[in-house]
Amino acid sequence: MKDIRSILKERVLVLDGAMGTMLQRYKFTEEDFRGDRFKDWPSPLQGNNDLLSLTQPEAIATVHAKYLEAGADIIETNTFSGTTIAMADYHMEDLVYELNYESARIARKVADEFTAKEPDKPRFVAGSIGPTNKTASMSPDVNDPGFRAVSFDELRIAYKQQVEALVDGGVDLLLVETIFDTLNAKAALFAIEEVKEERKVDVPVMVSGTITDASGRTLSGQTAEAFLISVSHIPILSVGFNCALGASQLVPHLEVLSSKTDFAVSAHPNAGLPNAFGEYDETPEQMAEQIKEYLEKGLVNIVGGCCGTTPEHISAMASLVKGFKPRKSLANSLE
Amino acid sequence: MSDASNIRTTVNHSQESKYLKLSGLEPLIVTPESNFINVGERTNVAGSRKFLRLIKEEKFEEALDVARHQVEGGAQVIDINMDDGLIDGKESMVKYLNLLMAEPDIARVPIMIDSSKWEIIEAGLQVVQGKSVVNSISLKEGEEQFVQHAKLIRRYGAAVIVMAFDEVGQADNFERRVEIAKRSYDILVNEVNFAPEDIIFDLNVFPVATGMDEHRRNALDFIEATKWVRENLPYCSVSGGVSNVSFSFRGNNPVREAMHSVFLYYAIKAGMNMGIVNPTMLEVYDDIPKDLLEHVEDVILDRRDDATERLLDFAESVVGKAKENKIDLSWREEPLQNRITRALVKGIDQYIVEDVETARKSVDNTIEVIEGHLMTGMNVVGDLFGSGKMFLPQVVKSARVMKKAVAYLLPYIEEEKKNNPDAVSGGSAGKILMATVKGDVHDIGKNIVSVVLACNNYDIIDLGVMVPPEKIIEAAKKENVDVIGLSGLITPSLDEMVFLAKEMQRQNFNVPLLIGGATTSKAHTAVKIDIEYQNAVVHVNDASRAVTVVGDLLQKETSETYKQSIKLDYETFRDKFKNRAKHKEYRSIEDARANKFQIDWKGTDLVNPNSMGIQVIDDLDLNKLLPFIDWTPFFRSWELHGRFPDILTDNVVGEQATELFADAQEMLKEVVEKKLLKAKAVFGLFKANTINEDDIEIEADGKNYIFRTLRQQLKKRDGVPNFALSDFIAPKNQGLQDYIGCFCVSAGFGTAELAAEYEKNHDDYNAILIKALADRLAEAFAEYLHKEVRVDYWGYAKEEQLSNEDLINEGYKGIRPAPGYPACPDHLEKLTLWEVLGVKEKIGVELTESLAMWPAASVSGYYFAHPEARYFGLGKIKEDQVQDYAARKGMPIADAKKWLAPNISED
Repeated sequence: MKDIRSILKERVLVLDGAMGTMLQRYKFTEEDFRGDRFKDWPSPLQGNNDLLSLTQPEAIATVHAKYLEAGADIIETNTFSGTTIAMADYHMEDLVYELNYESARIARKVADEFTAKEPDKPRFVAGSIGPTNKTASMSPDVNDPGFRAVSFDELRIAYKQQVEALVDGGVDLLLVETIFDTLNAKAALFAIEEVKEERKVDVPVMVSGTITDASGRTLSGQTAEAFLISVSHIPILSVGFNCALGASQLVPHLEVLSSKTDFAVSAHPNAGLPNAFGEYDETPEQMAEQIKEYLEKGLVNIVGGCCGTTPEHISAMASLVKGFKPRKSLANSLE
Repeated sequence: MSDASNIRTTVNHSQESKYLKLSGLEPLIVTPESNFINVGERTNVAGSRKFLRLIKEEKFEEALDVARHQVEGGAQVIDINMDDGLIDGKESMVKYLNLLMAEPDIARVPIMIDSSKWEIIEAGLQVVQGKSVVNSISLKEGEEQFVQHAKLIRRYGAAVIVMAFDEVGQADNFERRVEIAKRSYDILVNEVNFAPEDIIFDLNVFPVATGMDEHRRNALDFIEATKWVRENLPYCSVSGGVSNVSFSFRGNNPVREAMHSVFLYYAIKAGMNMGIVNPTMLEVYDDIPKDLLEHVEDVILDRRDDATERLLDFAESVVGKAKENKIDLSWREEPLQNRITRALVKGIDQYIVEDVETARKSVDNTIEVIEGHLMTGMNVVGDLFGSGKMFLPQVVKSARVMKKAVAYLLPYIEEEKKNNPDAVSGGSAGKILMATVKGDVHDIGKNIVSVVLACNNYDIIDLGVMVPPEKIIEAAKKENVDVIGLSGLITPSLDEMVFLAKEMQRQNFNVPLLIGGATTSKAHTAVKIDIEYQNAVVHVNDASRAVTVVGDLLQKETSETYKQSIKLDYETFRDKFKNRAKHKEYRSIEDARANKFQIDWKGTDLVNPNSMGIQVIDDLDLNKLLPFIDWTPFFRSWELHGRFPDILTDNVVGEQATELFADAQEMLKEVVEKKLLKAKAVFGLFKANTINEDDIEIEADGKNYIFRTLRQQLKKRDGVPNFALSDFIAPKNQGLQDYIGCFCVSAGFGTAELAAEYEKNHDDYNAILIKALADRLAEAFAEYLHKEVRVDYWGYAKEEQLSNEDLINEGYKGIRPAPGYPACPDHLEKLTLWEVLGVKEKIGVELTESLAMWPAASVSGYYFAHPEARYFGLGKIKEDQVQDYAARKGMPIADAKKWLAPNISED
């Protein structure tokens, strides 16, 4: 299979869209989430989307397949919350390895089927690594600014377990995403470096931060450029932004990345900003129209979708990118 | 996005990526064009005795101010070091950095994590999100450890300072520096894969002129090694601690400052691009006297065998020379306009009458002196103030000179008018009405803004304090004013402002409205006032902005656009504010009560007061209050920001703060000696118990009274209680007798008269000064009395030994919350307090209809003695508590809503 680094020089790659939005359509009940295996589990499980890789693997495989059909080059594993820290809400810390391993395997299998059908368009699996539900450089308690709910080492250990399972499950890439606290991401990158060194493997890493609002900063207060500097210490495949904002609001921040880094640049925005009901209602056409600006300005190498995006959105992006060349000046990082 | 910036994205980046790039919340990129990167060094326990003390005493808040001060003073990186035998370095590093990360104005710069212990460095690296610098590693303990640490530093994402140190020892000459730097660089770049641009060499700055021959080349070797490193080890940086070089001249600052400048001048030329430099210990290279420069350069560059002896001899003649300070009167020889301008800029009123008299004789109409000579000078003042080169107290002094001059000229102008009634008088820039709203008595801020605006040629109509809305409306109409400015310090004033805006709308006013004062905010102005009035409403909370805002509002060319942009800005702000407010979750009042702060009630914690009942202090010796004064807020009221006493030596405002402080001391001395102000207090200690969760029942003079407290309702993380003050008093059903204290102190008797006297003499500076001092004395009195109560009257803290600093930092046991402030924002409880203590009858402090205290320099509140009692902020409360509160007080809900409005959640 062709290396993703060389493909990135030739064209803009497409990442898949939201997993959660697609799973919502199934309207899974508490029983569906539990399946047979967890029917007696002591805590409620509805909403634990990562668990569906074990209890509803067919649905997960179907969503992956839909995105691949829509033209995605990279699909993300269903592991956004696959750390002991995020799974503590469900008391499922002990299942973390299995969740990640199985999720990776499901995605791997579907991706391989598509690659076999269409060898000229190899499909890649990115192991999704979310931010967890705790922040390492901010206090959750306004009255106690020095307090931290999680330490770097706790994060590093949790991320390391997730990374090992994803690698064992066969992912091609690792995607550290929705970074609202850069220190969490640094712990993830630290863990990834450890795994790479111990196993003597080279897994390309994608890093994607989140600009929270119009302030143009991450939740932990960094500007786009400060964020970039803080995650550029190891050789990564790409750096970008996802979530929180719609495609057009991301433009100024992508411009910063694009002009300041030698790494590839990625973007997977939400389908607009949430409406009054908290729903994302930007149509595939509307979103593609905005993403066109990225391509015309030569800002990105990878595009995809986050909250509220569907295979239709991804399909619109996949047809759009064909007419454009990828962002240039990737220097040595892709050699 | 223009095409030009588009093209920029495609230039070659591999060049740019080789710069040293660091980050805090914001980036710092060190390019060849960058100026010398100054590393702040006061946050270092090894280098600052003060910082060490603060850390030892766990005064982290103040320790943060040290960092803030550095950043405000221009440090681009701050070095943090906790290496001291008496503190837990690792714990202190982590705690300090965690707190620091919560301060965006400090955390914007990158951190230098400084320690000789690896475990402290690593602990530091684990708590900062940005790209920091590790200070430092070296080959001292051998290659293996060097490599191991470097690898980890890279993995944590930091740059590194490498000391020129190896297994043999510290490099102390050119060859050794070069040898160690080269070896370290090769290992880092080739073995560890460390980015060369992330390497910073500290090449050891050693002292010169020590008298020992082997030290003669210390500076020169550093400079030459720096040059070699920058030329032969690509992309790396060179750093060092500059003050070391002048170590042998301790005590002779003029020489040390010159040595630092000379050393830096040559080291920077050679390629040193960052370092630790105390900016106050640095002379401008070009300003060094030629003879001193020559002697210092001889030493730094090792140009003569006898360089050290010659500098030593010369140094003796330099000692103290800088201190000589004579009043320089040469400016009196300059042309008239220069003299007038200088008098205004410097605030010297000594010669102003003499000078304007000369000016008056030179013109046809006296008014020309005001419009010509004086305005020319005031324009200079305005420009300097606008560009941050003059500070508020200076401007107020300028105004004093101006007023004195105008007062002298006025009779002439009146006389000329009589003779020639057609003469057009005065081209004022606009008429501005200023007032402190009904029920409020605070006017320091308003007076400052008035003075500054007057300096800028606006006519000020100051209606004073406690001005009813109808009077404002009437005066505005009668005087045909161009702008109305409202001020207020207490929360009920907010409603008054809203009322006035409505009234102005109803009466079809079309002049802009300015809103200012401690309790006002952009949020309140945008959400509550702006929507009531069609014309512009602008929140202006400092005097320097007032000038620009009024200018923009009144100048024909800018007026319309500015008004529109302000309206739009407030509208956007309003929307944003409303959206943001939605995210907060609240508990019902029942749930909040269920989650109240739990105290394990023990009889031993409830101390029976030594003297119960009400007591009066009629005329306290002011001398007793002096040690209790907290000066920091005093400077803040003059818009000089910084903590006392550091503010006196601050790089930016230090000089001005020192001058203001001297004036304050002088006035204070007079006030104390001549007993110009009278300090009175009434206070009492009573039996008390909490009833019905949120009420405190007390017994005074055989009668029962009830204080109603308010409870936090914001939903917090598990385990964090919802506080109310009643939580700190034992519930009645516990069967334990508890106690509470109440007090009112004032140092304001006499203030209004003194201020009026000063104002009569056109001296706004001293009029404001006396009010600000009275405020400080009242606060000091509250502090003093609290101490007396703790130690003596109540006696629950007999053994207490606290410094004034401890007091300011609320280091004492028990609390003294005041109605109208965060723990009990409800002003209504003052009525109960007044009834219980008989405040008005006993000492004459009155309450206005908005429940502000008069005289303004007064403080009232409660005493809580329980060791677990603490300060908190009520935050927002919900409708259910408002209804409950109204029912408890037996008042209409609408009234309760009006008084509690600032604290009622809008969701």
